[in-house]
Amino acid sequence: MSEILKCTGLTKKYGKLVALDNIDLSVNKGQIIGLLGPNGSGKTTLIKLIAGLLKQNSGELTVDGKKIGIETKGIVSYLPERTYIPNWMRVIDIVKMFEGFYEDFNLEKAKTMFDNLGIKFNQRIKAMSKGTKEKLQLILVMSRDAQLYLLDEPIAGVDPAARDYILRTIITNYNPEAAVIISTHLIQDIETVLDDVIMIHNGRLKIHKTVDEIREETGKSVDELFREVFKC
Amino acid sequence: MSWEIKNDRPVYIQLVEELEMRILNGTYTSGTKLLSVRDLAGEAQVNPNTMQKALGELEKKGLISSKRTSGNYITDDEKLIRNLRTELAVCEVEAFCGKVKKLGISKEETIELINKEEF
Repeated sequence: MSEILKCTGLTKKYGKLVALDNIDLSVNKGQIIGLLGPNGSGKTTLIKLIAGLLKQNSGELTVDGKKIGIETKGIVSYLPERTYIPNWMRVIDIVKMFEGFYEDFNLEKAKTMFDNLGIKFNQRIKAMSKGTKEKLQLILVMSRDAQLYLLDEPIAGVDPAARDYILRTIITNYNPEAAVIISTHLIQDIETVLDDVIMIHNGRLKIHKTVDEIREETGKSVDELFREVFKC
Repeated sequence: MSWEIKNDRPVYIQLVEELEMRILNGTYTSGTKLLSVRDLAGEAQVNPNTMQKALGELEKKGLISSKRTSGNYITDDEKLIRNLRTELAVCEVEAFCGKVKKLGISKEETIELINKEEF
């Protein structure tokens, strides 16, 4: 399998605070990866670096062998932890914007998902609940035929039924040429969907193993292991 | 039909067991085509690579065969299915007898109890 993401000695500081400390990481195409860690461990910083919203202080970071830039942004589909769709828009407006903005936007995929989750094109963003906005944004991001999906807390605000649908969507959209990185605290919900688990703590990489390796070695689920490792 | 993935063991092993059970008890009819890896993974809410690994195990056991372009087929070897079914049943009976023995119940009594059970 070929590599889609590579970090070597990746370090990011906010002033004196070291958010990411010397991260070495490699992710292959065709993998679904869970990015786990307690609050403030550096998950979002790592995702923002890959998305090109932040710049590292030192170390190397490449997507599909290229340094982060216009080219990599074209193949990376990023779901931020906060919604950013302007309130005055209707669904159709943001869909048109995505279609015009991203070459790899797949309208058919989006339509199917809108239908399945009961979102209409003429719906106003302003009148949507928090959960519906999150669903909308996730659909837009998943509708791109990207090579690397970065999903920062994609299922936190949606109801359990929609959560199941979203996970099923990630599974059935599975593409051996693309990788998905999901950051979440809802480990139990997603762990069977993952190939690998990456746990970071205080900006350092603690564990990078497959879900089944963890289960085999510890006799515990990833969720249980997390609670043990990061016990407060 | 639901797939229950428990927490304490590797996911792929549990998938192998569930798929094997479905083939042996006839839920999946012998000789027919199995759902695609992606659909099976979607149904079980598991990673497609993990599902593929489980199917690989079943292929090793001869329970399914993959045809290059048209997907996976359940074996039509009824004898193999019968043998594996018996093998599994023997394991279960052994485990059961072990437990009953511990309770200090005789074989005759146990058989009597089994006869009372609805099957």
